[in-house]
Amino acid sequence: MTTALSARVARFPFPFATDSYRYLTNVEPARTPVTTAAGGWGAGVLDVDDDYAVELAERAAVLAADPTRCQELPHMRVASWDALTTLLPELAAACPGETSLERDGDRWTWRNDLLGTARTFTVGDDDSLPEGPLAFLGSQIQDDVVLLDQREGALWADAGLVTFAADWSMGFDVGMRFLEVHGPVPRVHEAGVVQRAERFLMRLQPGEEYRRTNWTMTVDRRLDTSTETYAEWGRDRRLVVGDPALPDRLHLRVEVQHLIRLGVSNAICFLVRTHLLSLRELATVPEWRQRFGAVLAELPDDMADYKGLTRFRAAAVDWLTAG
Amino acid sequence: MTATLTAPGALRADDGRLVLEVAGVVDEVPGTRTLVLRRPGGGLLPAHPPGSHVVLDCGDRRNAYSLTGDGSPCEEYRVSVLLCPDGEGGSAFVHRLAVGDIVSASRPRSAFAPVSTARHHLLVAGGIGITPMLSHARAAVRWRRSFELLYRHRPGAGAHLDELRGLCGDRLTAYTSTPEMLAAVRAALADRPLGTHVYVCGPTPLIGFVEETAAELGWPGERVHAERFSADLDAGEPFTAVLARSGSRVPVPSGTSLLTALEQAGVAVPNLCRQGVCGECRVPVRSGRPLHRDLYLSETERAAGDAVMCCVSRSVDDELELDL
Repeated sequence: MTTALSARVARFPFPFATDSYRYLTNVEPARTPVTTAAGGWGAGVLDVDDDYAVELAERAAVLAADPTRCQELPHMRVASWDALTTLLPELAAACPGETSLERDGDRWTWRNDLLGTARTFTVGDDDSLPEGPLAFLGSQIQDDVVLLDQREGALWADAGLVTFAADWSMGFDVGMRFLEVHGPVPRVHEAGVVQRAERFLMRLQPGEEYRRTNWTMTVDRRLDTSTETYAEWGRDRRLVVGDPALPDRLHLRVEVQHLIRLGVSNAICFLVRTHLLSLRELATVPEWRQRFGAVLAELPDDMADYKGLTRFRAAAVDWLTAG
Repeated sequence: MTATLTAPGALRADDGRLVLEVAGVVDEVPGTRTLVLRRPGGGLLPAHPPGSHVVLDCGDRRNAYSLTGDGSPCEEYRVSVLLCPDGEGGSAFVHRLAVGDIVSASRPRSAFAPVSTARHHLLVAGGIGITPMLSHARAAVRWRRSFELLYRHRPGAGAHLDELRGLCGDRLTAYTSTPEMLAAVRAALADRPLGTHVYVCGPTPLIGFVEETAAELGWPGERVHAERFSADLDAGEPFTAVLARSGSRVPVPSGTSLLTALEQAGVAVPNLCRQGVCGECRVPVRSGRPLHRDLYLSETERAAGDAVMCCVSRSVDDELELDL
């Protein structure tokens, strides 16, 4: 337990460089290694960790209960194949012992011993991968995937497999323009941030890869905090406040988001990899404990509210700053 | 979605130019040479959408050439280059290359991709403008998109004609007569299904004909896509660039590009292709109306009027105030 715990801490993408947080210009090229107080992260696009098999089992369960988590408008099939054929080689490179990819022209054979998967399919042939390339991709990587089509001078969220959303819904957002998807986010519209971001993304050239982090907090190690299941997790945000187990139940939730211009389809592949670290785990790094306490205490009310932190923020700050 | 993305203006991925070896030289038809380019040690090259180009180092200048493959990751790129004896030397440089020569190229850049929601793709090519259309046709076949190709070429000088016949079958119609080609283009524009997108590459008059005919027949502008030969620009009217930060004024005479004028005034601007295709030399505009002549900015970005590609674009007004 101790070993698994420290491994999780060591590779955790702790996102705060200062004692206050705003929506900053924090996009950077992908694959840039980051050193943290506890270790480091970020050398690759995919990050396979000790929770890999557990998280993919959880995704399968979520999808089985609610197939609408996987959405694909018909014109996105090429983009889905493109995402799969871009990211499987990436996964093979990340786990050279446990996975292998053999390519004979368009005939690909994929083996993944971490999950006991062995599949042969033909790139572009839908019949060779009955669940579809996007669903298959989602069964092999921990990241949620959104595919954005570019046309008429805008980006459109026209496909996605999202089971670990931080209070949003792929089923609700599918087919929306990038600007519409970001409608509820406070503070970013006055500043033209979303428009700037869309222009930045639309200018990405084939193969260009960027990343950023985002964060919120979640009660328990619950990855599926989508809008659809709000009834299951929403009240925990209130109930956790009086719970002596608060430092074990409250988690800092960090998303490492990648933005990749897919070459073949010209779609933007938006990957969201969610990392959860309890306050108690976080506190094993004194620097993180101090900093996160300061960030939470300083965060403006509207941002705390949008992130859903209002109920337990004071209790979390109390615990973090008492240490 | 909680994801909020902020975008840095100055941030840019590593240029990462490709070093490529000429692995084959094919003279398609008189005057048109195809280069087969590979990594010197072999290995996959970056994938790209149909209609992409690379910016090739051609001696003392850089030229943009369309990639003719379908865009899937593969070990070779092909470009076909028409020798222009009166050009500025880029095509002559390419025609002097031999197997084994090493060239430097940008990674693929996309500015002429197919629209994924189109019900049908109408491809129109004139002369060497066939090169991006070959890429479109190959990708359309691979991904089973509905398409047809109208191709006007000189008698006996139809680059890629045989492979296009094999690739497209009866979806290809080739013409050696301009009036017949234009009549066929007009007929196609008049009766293809709603939701069709038209893509044209070729000489300026052909592009003009497609754009005007489409407009006349009620096609929305977003369904008409053109890729121009970059050399076809006039010298332009003189104007003055006002640099807002330094307060200095830079005259831009007719025949001199804004980029060149800025450079001569000691203002460094990142740039790559100098032909309005690559997007590197974008500069922010504070006031004055830009005269957009690039192939890079979208319609929306043009309409916003807050940026200009200074290698080819100029000013409608006598003064253009730049945020430099």
